[in-house]
Amino acid sequence: MKPAAFDYVRAESVAEALAVLGQEGSDARILAGGMSFMAMLNMRLARPKVLVDIMRVEPLARLEVGKGALKIGAGVRQARLLAFDGLESGAPLIAKALPFTGHAQTRSRGTVCGSIAHADPSAELPLCLVTLRGHVHLKSARAGRKVAAEDFFTGMMATAKADDEMIEAVSFPTPKGEGTAFREIARRHGDFAIVACAALVSDNGIRLGVGGVADMPVARDIPLLDGSALDDALNALAWELDARDDVHASARYRRELVRRIGRSTIEEAKRCRA
Amino acid sequence: MPRLSADARHTVRFILNGREVKGQASPRTLLSDFLRHQIGATGTHVGCEHGVCGACTVDVDGMLTRACMTLAVQVEGCAVRTVEGLAPAPDRLSVLQAAFRRHHALQCGFCTAGILMSLDVFLKAVPDPDEEAVRDLLSGHLCRCTGYTPIVRAALEAAAELREVQGETTHA
Repeated sequence: MKPAAFDYVRAESVAEALAVLGQEGSDARILAGGMSFMAMLNMRLARPKVLVDIMRVEPLARLEVGKGALKIGAGVRQARLLAFDGLESGAPLIAKALPFTGHAQTRSRGTVCGSIAHADPSAELPLCLVTLRGHVHLKSARAGRKVAAEDFFTGMMATAKADDEMIEAVSFPTPKGEGTAFREIARRHGDFAIVACAALVSDNGIRLGVGGVADMPVARDIPLLDGSALDDALNALAWELDARDDVHASARYRRELVRRIGRSTIEEAKRCRA
Repeated sequence: MPRLSADARHTVRFILNGREVKGQASPRTLLSDFLRHQIGATGTHVGCEHGVCGACTVDVDGMLTRACMTLAVQVEGCAVRTVEGLAPAPDRLSVLQAAFRRHHALQCGFCTAGILMSLDVFLKAVPDPDEEAVRDLLSGHLCRCTGYTPIVRAALEAAAELREVQGETTHA
């Protein structure tokens, strides 16, 4: 499996990368860590005419702790975020989810924004972004805009990003005092999740994100329930996500995982808060 | 801003196991193919070519890297380490390689080069890992011969031996 032919541009600034995207439109694609996109190229599921490598654009490698949010530039690799000192205290959900993202051998090069751009419905980082109500900072040669995570993901590996735009950064809100938990079921540790759940619990209620079931990560707000009322809410969510059969698991099994893993993730987030 | 044309071959230069190398690559040439066909460094093996099996894992600037998911042109100017760089001399194995041999941590050897590179980088960062950490690292590799148990044993024994060597050098 080898990629089809393409021109390779080593961008030295964001403006250069955006100029190529502006000229070439859908024929050009951004190459960051390449841990998802290179596989797509090798399998020829993607056949761009131009690849724009942004990993030598220094300003994109910024990782900033701002007012209530962690802003992660397009050049920040997953391993760097995992090793970041303030991660566990500032963004505990991401600290819990990142070890499930790929393997050490892919986190070393794969970027946070690259995983968001790839928009795999079973990937952990898109799920965290939706659950935490994060934002995607898009930029084109024309303008910049900030899109809420729930509006960014539009379907299976589909996003609201236009052809001439690139993700410049993503921001994950870092709320205080919430209980967080992340759990997933996969055939092998580090594989894509059959079902992944991310839970936030606060005084205002429960927010549960589910990945691997619908064609994009989905998060729902549930009142602070427990017992059979919580089971009923999870059952309703399991059916709402419209699970499908595939080679990894049946729709029925996925619904059952949403009920059980959803429940245990919420319980863990409640304990974590207490 | 360098733009390398799809139709041409371009000179790529980098440091391989401490020595400067160069070769010709199209933009689409994978690092795995470049190492094997252009440089002649066939120790890095090519398995699945979509990042799942781990056989082609190498070290680029200290980062574990799937050579099959990296373009040769991306490593221009980088420091690359492959399995050929592990042994201290042609007739001597590294501590990790010797532990693999003692424990029968390889049979057909196809996956071994990638696993050795992962463990080599990992043990520098985590000199005293527990079994769980080693198994977590090995989840990024497929081995169809050993069942992994001898690999885990070899890795833990090599880690202990390397700590001893390190201790002696520090106290000397």
